[in-house]
Amino acid sequence: MFRNQYDNDSSTWSPQGRIFQVEYASEAVKQGSAVVGLRSKEHAVLVAVKRSPNELASYQKKVIRIDDHMGIAMAGLTSDARVLSNYLRTEAMRSKMVYGRALPIGRAVNAIGDKAQSNTQEYGRRPYGVGLLVIGHDDTGPHLYEFNPSGIVSEYYAYSIGSRSQSARTNLERNFDTFEDMSLKELIVQGLRSLRDTLQQGKQLDTLNTSIGFVGKDTKMTILDGQDTQEYLDLLDEGEAMDTE
Amino acid sequence: MDFVGIQQEFAHAPATERHTHNRWEPYVDNGGTSLAIAGADYVIVASDARQSNGFNINSRYDPKAFHLSNNAILATAGYAADAKRLVEVLEQNAQMYYHKHDRVMKTSAMAQMLSNTLYGRRFFPYYVFPILAGLDNEGKGALYCYDPVGNMERVVYQSFGSASALVQPFLDNVVGFKNQRGADPARLLERDQALKIAVDAFTGATERDIYTGDWLDIFIVDRNGVTHEKRELKHD
Repeated sequence: MFRNQYDNDSSTWSPQGRIFQVEYASEAVKQGSAVVGLRSKEHAVLVAVKRSPNELASYQKKVIRIDDHMGIAMAGLTSDARVLSNYLRTEAMRSKMVYGRALPIGRAVNAIGDKAQSNTQEYGRRPYGVGLLVIGHDDTGPHLYEFNPSGIVSEYYAYSIGSRSQSARTNLERNFDTFEDMSLKELIVQGLRSLRDTLQQGKQLDTLNTSIGFVGKDTKMTILDGQDTQEYLDLLDEGEAMDTE
Repeated sequence: MDFVGIQQEFAHAPATERHTHNRWEPYVDNGGTSLAIAGADYVIVASDARQSNGFNINSRYDPKAFHLSNNAILATAGYAADAKRLVEVLEQNAQMYYHKHDRVMKTSAMAQMLSNTLYGRRFFPYYVFPILAGLDNEGKGALYCYDPVGNMERVVYQSFGSASALVQPFLDNVVGFKNQRGADPARLLERDQALKIAVDAFTGATERDIYTGDWLDIFIVDRNGVTHEKRELKHD
């Protein structure tokens, strides 16, 4: 992509029918480290690679809990993700107060989709620079959605966004029809396996840079970081060893 | 000259009459009583469950003590609708805190937050007399009592509600050891003793206060969490 005369603001179309500011916002998502989401009959899982700007700094939080039945993973501008997750949290609470029931995931993502869309049509505002994978469990079972800066929302069996996420998507495409009946543990390990494909040469998934989130019918939204991820990383390595035998 | 005097005399009289008798009243007292007692490593909260409106009973069992997600209990007295909404708001704030800080809200933090929430409606108050019960940072029993606009005080025991005038002096004597010679005023009660006192306070209150009775909800908070039991009271 190169600079052109149609890319100054998000209320300008190009002759080819593109809004460049929105496309540029998607570039910010591609800069973020990869996150992978996948679901089975019972559960939905998110796994993410956390990055640290330098040795002195902490690793950036990638997976955020929205409610007991919903969570998100982000790639892109962290601050935009914070704002959106705060909004989702209040919407989730509002749903409980107004309707006496947990917010259905589809409604949640459409709410932020609409919010993002308005930033693509108003003069003077910029699109959100973050992509989200939203997992949750509601009356219709477990769900995985992708949210885009454009406001486009899609539901998936499995997906990945962020830096080098195509490798993960390829891996998921090959295997996704086996996910339906997997146990939670297998699903997480499968997610980690796909996530590993997004890493640069010589880098490994370890307890410092891995984040796992999951939710299910009888499983509240849980996020694992640090030592808690060790058992799944071990299973990942075991699987590796078995493959090479 | 006299006419001028008469004019002055009636100059201050209102032009129209004020109708104070037919205005809609936003508040209702749903009756009932709550009490709480704090110990060295526990708190006991007891609230009756009768909800009334004047001489009518709305419900034989409508709890007025609520278990919050940070293992605190909010006991209420006053207007049931405001009490329920207050609890909802409190719980939402507790959840938001948990989301943001990745840990449960401490009792002292919730206490301050409750005070601010109540004062936020200084000019259209929650008609609720809340008692917040939990464990403090050292694991000791903590009770905070409030007026409807948020005046907060940490205490060892408190009672609010329709029978509070009967219960509070009883607690002053047996929990606070007031008006007793030779008793140690700083002594905290053992849990079983405090529970007996709480139940006795209610059986006594049920006898004499028409708005108190039916069922008693008892919550006990200690380091292991929260337990809840229901006891029957007289239904008359």
